[in-house]
Amino acid sequence: MSAAADIPQRSPMPGLGRARGAVNALLGIGLLLVLWWIGGEMIARNDDLFAFASFAPAPTLSRLAELVASGAVIDMSLPSLYRVGMGLALAAAIGVPVGIAIGRIAILREITNVPFQFLRMISPLSWMPIAVMAYDTWDGAIIFLIFVAAVWPILFATAAGLRRIDPAWLKVARNLGANPFHMLFVVILPAISVDILTGIRLALGVAWVVLVPAEYLGVTSGLGYAINDARDTLDYASLGATVVIIGVIGFFLDFTLMMAIKKFNWVRSDA
Amino acid sequence: MKVEPINRTDTGPGNAPAPSARSNGAHVAVRGLTHTYRRSDGPVLSDISFSVEPGEIVALLGRSGCGKSTLLHMVSGLSMPSSGEVLMNGNSVRAPSPRWVMMFQAPSLYPWMSVAQNAALGLRFTQRRYEIATRVPEVLDLVDLGGFADRNAQELSGGQQQRVALARSLAPKPEVLLLDEPFSALDAFTRRNLQQDVRKIARGLGLTLMIVTHDVGEAVRMADRVLVLDANPGRIASDIPISLSDADRNGGNDAFQREHTRLMQTYSDIAQVPGTQA
Repeated sequence: MSAAADIPQRSPMPGLGRARGAVNALLGIGLLLVLWWIGGEMIARNDDLFAFASFAPAPTLSRLAELVASGAVIDMSLPSLYRVGMGLALAAAIGVPVGIAIGRIAILREITNVPFQFLRMISPLSWMPIAVMAYDTWDGAIIFLIFVAAVWPILFATAAGLRRIDPAWLKVARNLGANPFHMLFVVILPAISVDILTGIRLALGVAWVVLVPAEYLGVTSGLGYAINDARDTLDYASLGATVVIIGVIGFFLDFTLMMAIKKFNWVRSDA
Repeated sequence: MKVEPINRTDTGPGNAPAPSARSNGAHVAVRGLTHTYRRSDGPVLSDISFSVEPGEIVALLGRSGCGKSTLLHMVSGLSMPSSGEVLMNGNSVRAPSPRWVMMFQAPSLYPWMSVAQNAALGLRFTQRRYEIATRVPEVLDLVDLGGFADRNAQELSGGQQQRVALARSLAPKPEVLLLDEPFSALDAFTRRNLQQDVRKIARGLGLTLMIVTHDVGEAVRMADRVLVLDANPGRIASDIPISLSDADRNGGNDAFQREHTRLMQTYSDIAQVPGTQA
């Protein structure tokens, strides 16, 4: 291999860049598997820890294959996806309008700034006892916790997006006879769609993290419950498989939003 | 002196002048307009009155800070004067409208939309979507961007973007077009082309055109009549007709130079600009 091949340079064939990205991604996955395998070996050889040896790749992945084949993956994921979806939808339904209001109206922004920053810093899980008392159903309590975790990134991203809107865009719209409905749906929302989606992407990250401990609550379904259940039954292969499932679903949800952001992003970097 | 008698197709109420043929433009009257931003400061505009005939092209010439842009905003209804009023065909202007539309220094196209979608905005906002399919290609052709309908606004040059802004302004068929130094950010060559084209288009459509500028050359190239503004407070110091044929307006001839020198002298006296450089 010549030295020149090692120097990163702009490829004359753009396809090569993408191929290299895929190779490197596979390399990263392989590296993670190797570290996992080493960790498993170390646990198996340790006299104090060998009972947890099913965390290793081989038992975990074979259990994962069983879970996928039997359709159990779907059964344990769907309730979790439902809760996260509802929590995120509620967070967007509240966070986007409030974000637009505080982005547009200076006095509202000044009044809400301290309370919102204060509330934002409280761990969503701190609300757990209140949520349990306030809601009749476990589902309700979990959705509330996810909402509390997800609303802040969406709200602040929306408000920040609004403040970057060129005032001239609004003047042009007013000049051409736009009513407030047009202002919102033709100018403001398209202009900040990427900011909103970025907020939702951040919110999803937090929500997915909060989901598992929230599902340690009384529910008998979902990925968090599966983790708790596997721990109680000392089924460490299932526990490992569930961890993998949580990671894979989270990755793909995030990936989907990243693609949506790419699609809605109207900034042309080449322009 | 007006270049030619221009007439209105509609008969407006009130004190509008007599109607005549061939113009789609509105009669604009500014009556005793005074504006003060803060009570502690003096007025930026003081007792301004003038009329613009339908189809006439009038330049408001003045130095930065003389309030000429503020005046144009008030004609457009985007802001309201402290006292006095603006009449379009005799009716008081109380709000912006696509019937008297303003073009700004920056094109401010919506970067998430195509050229055609940007040009269609005025029709979309005024519940005239059914006109979009025929009207948008028409105005894009008018500004020489017929082949650009599906391009993204961000892919265009500054001059092309300002042409899209012009198409966007023209699509709702305005009666008055108000230009607030819309060419000042463009290079000299692009600016000349647009000055000529805007004048040609406005004449062709019979629009009433008001241009705010600090550029004497632009005023001579485009306007039938120039109102020179004095500053602090802004008021009309001189009303100068420009009698040039369309061919002579491109510059590089004696007639153009004569008008340019004449206007430059008046402007220098009023604005106290040292020398007579363009």
